[in-house]
Amino acid sequence: MDGDQAQRRTRVVLGEVAARRRPTDRTHADLAEQTPVGEALVKGLVRAQLALALRLALVVVTGLGALPLLFAAAPGVGSMKVLGINLPWMLLGVLSFPFLVGVGWAYVRWAERNEQDFIALIRKPEQ
Amino acid sequence: MNPYLVPGLIAVVLVTVGIGAYGLRFARTTSDFLVASRSVSPSWNAAAISGEYLSAASFLGVAGLVLRYGVDVLWYPVGFAAGYLALLLFVAAPLRRSGAFTLPDFCQVRLRSKLLRRLASVFVLFIGCLYLVPQLQGAGLTFTTVTGGSYAWGALLVGVVVTANVALGGMRAITFVQAFQYWLKLTALAVPVIFLALQWQSDGRPPVTPPAGATFPAATAVMIEQDAVIDGREVHKGEELHFDAGAPVPRVSTVDATFGPDWLLPGGDMTLFATYSLILATFLGTMGLPHVLVRFYTNPDGASARRTTLVVLALVGLFYLLPTLYGVLGRIYTPQLLMTGRTDAVVLTLPEAALGGGHAGKLLGALVTAGALAAFLSTSSGLLTSVAGVVFTDVLHAGRTGSVRDFRVATVLAASVPIALSLYVSNMDVSRVVGLAFAVAASSFCPLLVLGIWWRGLTDYGAAAGLLVGGGAAVAAVLITVLGPPLSGWPAQLIGQPAAWTVPLAFLVMIVGSLLTSRRVPADVGATMLRLHAPESLRI
Repeated sequence: MDGDQAQRRTRVVLGEVAARRRPTDRTHADLAEQTPVGEALVKGLVRAQLALALRLALVVVTGLGALPLLFAAAPGVGSMKVLGINLPWMLLGVLSFPFLVGVGWAYVRWAERNEQDFIALIRKPEQ
Repeated sequence: MNPYLVPGLIAVVLVTVGIGAYGLRFARTTSDFLVASRSVSPSWNAAAISGEYLSAASFLGVAGLVLRYGVDVLWYPVGFAAGYLALLLFVAAPLRRSGAFTLPDFCQVRLRSKLLRRLASVFVLFIGCLYLVPQLQGAGLTFTTVTGGSYAWGALLVGVVVTANVALGGMRAITFVQAFQYWLKLTALAVPVIFLALQWQSDGRPPVTPPAGATFPAATAVMIEQDAVIDGREVHKGEELHFDAGAPVPRVSTVDATFGPDWLLPGGDMTLFATYSLILATFLGTMGLPHVLVRFYTNPDGASARRTTLVVLALVGLFYLLPTLYGVLGRIYTPQLLMTGRTDAVVLTLPEAALGGGHAGKLLGALVTAGALAAFLSTSSGLLTSVAGVVFTDVLHAGRTGSVRDFRVATVLAASVPIALSLYVSNMDVSRVVGLAFAVAASSFCPLLVLGIWWRGLTDYGAAAGLLVGGGAAVAAVLITVLGPPLSGWPAQLIGQPAAWTVPLAFLVMIVGSLLTSRRVPADVGATMLRLHAPESLRI
């Protein structure tokens, strides 16, 4: 792909709404013109989203990632039974999947809330 | 041979081509071909992504590995599903908002570098081939197992059907085909497993690991495929051994498998290093697979990309509940596979072995075989579309002016190499090669995407250095594993499961390289970050 395509894409994505809604308030203009205030706002959003992603990744790393160590350190856990099925089979073969979906669901919810907070911050009327 | 088989397989191919042709009626522009004009709804898209993702390795390989090694390999399905969670957390929405269609596009959007773009294209082609060849091989092996026909015809047949479908219908048609194939694959495993569970009940719930060792459930004849030693006696290739019902299953010296309590309990053959390496490769590799990323561009915006990924995670997780059951029941009903070493065939042979040679067993056997065919068709179609997309834009330099005809040329070019390779390299280990493709993706594109999306300081030189060192090391490990001599001890661990050291290496080189060349941070990085992370409703 060549340079003019990349530019054109930039215009399509960022430009279409600009034609309809001019940045009238100060915060909006800060964002559009990449002023230090605008930069700080975007950095805040990126940091919030990254912190959320890392926190949930940590939940998975401790929830699933600790299992091999646990099985190695305490072999007794491996032969425990739940509903007639050995615990490791139950954990890995069945329960890990709803766990992953649950974490994903929480992420989608909170990530969208972060974005709504950001929108509210930008659209907030001038004090 | 099973009389329902040929009609079943023909039906899958016809429906695939039929839906492809139906989609063709709507595919008129290059945009339709490449991205389905970005107008695919999240539920269709999620089913299509799942259909594309569940390859031969998932449909056949996982059950085969469970049959062979037991609980330790459950990390494969868990990792294959968890990869989508990593994708959701770190990549999905920003990648969609970047507007990048392929990974090379992302390099250009984020770092404005032609050099990096070319380097990324090389990795996409390598990973695409590494993933396509085993799909075609799996098709060839299934064809041999089920019909007794030749390996080459099976691989060629699937190769030609896939090429024709992608070249004619492009992405729009493929979306419908993939979505159909997800549900076909799920049905093909879920329906037989109900009958298998009922059969297991009515057989008086035979234990999976009887204390006295595994026994044959019925009188069985086993054809030995390699010279080996059984219970101290030498057997030769082509020899047929007969076992009565209830006879103990002997160990064959040439077949690597786990027996007794080792199979049931964790910590058998796999060391902690290998387990963690596998976890790292599968958790982080999914986001770097070329055919997965292409799909995100077909979402209308970042929020729907996120929701699509969540639905994919649920669909894929639902599917992965099933292969484990096949592996476990295979331990009871098809122990002869542990003697021949063809454990990948357990999904295909289990229905007839457990339910007997009656109509029920044969019908269900045909159903799982049709599902396996769908697995080869959908994954190879998706891979081929994305590899062809890279050939189209970066090798033929067709770009925006390129015609539908150019895309078709690109498809045929992209398909010819893996098809030829799959015909000549028939003895590579299928599931291992797929695992290695994940390791290469995790050590090349995962750091590029994660750092590119979340860190302003990434530079083109730093990213290129990370790709070359981390990705290069993983590629070298793959080539040594596939082509080199067998290794033992620690080198075998480090080369056979490289992700645990190549992924951190790639991250480290990328970060250090970027810090050293920090003057090359693109001037518009602030605008790019705004575009990647700000919600679409706020477009400024």
